[in-house]
Amino acid sequence: MARIVGAVTTSHVPAIGNAFAKGLQNEPYWKPFFGPWDRVHAWLDSVKPDAAVVVYNDHGLQFFLDKLPLFAVGAAAEYRNADEGWGLPTLPPYRGDAGFSWHLIESLAADEFDLTTCQEMLVDHAFTVPLKLMWPHAAACPVRTVPVAVNTIQHPLPSPARCFKFGRALGRAVESYDEDLKVVVVGTGGLSHQLDGTRAGFINREFDLMCMEKIVDDPVALTRYSIAELVELAGTQGVEFINWLIARAALPGRVSKVHANYHVPISNTASGVMVLENRP
Amino acid sequence: MGAKLKYHIPGTVVFDGGQAQKGYALNKMCYSFNSAENRAEFLRGEGAYCAKFGLDERSRDAIRRRDVLALIEAGGNIYYLAKFAGIFGLGVQDIGAQQTGMSVEAFKSRLAEAGR
Repeated sequence: MARIVGAVTTSHVPAIGNAFAKGLQNEPYWKPFFGPWDRVHAWLDSVKPDAAVVVYNDHGLQFFLDKLPLFAVGAAAEYRNADEGWGLPTLPPYRGDAGFSWHLIESLAADEFDLTTCQEMLVDHAFTVPLKLMWPHAAACPVRTVPVAVNTIQHPLPSPARCFKFGRALGRAVESYDEDLKVVVVGTGGLSHQLDGTRAGFINREFDLMCMEKIVDDPVALTRYSIAELVELAGTQGVEFINWLIARAALPGRVSKVHANYHVPISNTASGVMVLENRP
Repeated sequence: MGAKLKYHIPGTVVFDGGQAQKGYALNKMCYSFNSAENRAEFLRGEGAYCAKFGLDERSRDAIRRRDVLALIEAGGNIYYLAKFAGIFGLGVQDIGAQQTGMSVEAFKSRLAEAGR
């Protein structure tokens, strides 16, 4: 049976992709963010996942406002990255696993989640940057992937409580798959940031640190926030934290914190990185 | 139940159905900037490109002035607008500085302060 080894949650700022492309990881601006990834790599080396379920939000590469799914799941043999318009290099394709994807879709649908299924799906920086951070030296991502895209662009967004339930169902879906797969769940985005309006540049250190503490042992406490409250406390783009909540909720066992790093700023964003291990 | 969420956050326009309707043409044009060919076409003739997507006068004026707050007011979503800004090599810190009326250096310093 498939088994969830844990979750990696991380910010996915495009500037990180740019820093990779330009080899800036050891520059003073970037070192506090990139340096501690050694700890994540050591953990990945020890648990050796075969597959990654990546919970992220598309920023207008795959989806436009003509048809915008709340939850979309990839069901393809391969996923491609493409030009997003601001000069980030296009990364090599990602291997999918359509059989695994369809199992997740069947299970989530049985759990009453109405999904959009995607047999073709472009994946943007919110998917590619975290995988590059996890396996920086691999020419192409070494694990099979399932993209799970959550609408964080156009309100109404799924509430934190709804996302938590979705994550629980996702965890049940993964662990009922009849193949010996070790699966890491990746939750991308956040932490506090706001790109738009006269409040642009908003950061909320206190709230971010509280979220990083609660998400380990008491994630349910974070589901009491409404989307409106999350926007107020974390910024218009800080709502991406719902992707972290889904990833955390997908861990069905005993959860312990292996690693956490919080650093401000990266570009306009308070960056957060965590590794949460799941044991039966 | 089913009530619309109300947001009252200073300096913040939440991108909801109303904004999405208002800014549909503008966002559709900016979405097209994923393609290098379309970015080049825009640069060859801004007016014609805006007309092709049916932008109203308010949006066209905001595009002409590269005015991000006015583009948001016209229903623009920041993720699509970022693709427009990308044409001119501007990133989110340049956009942030413009919206807050600060220099880019001052805007970056304020972010660094938030980390201390």
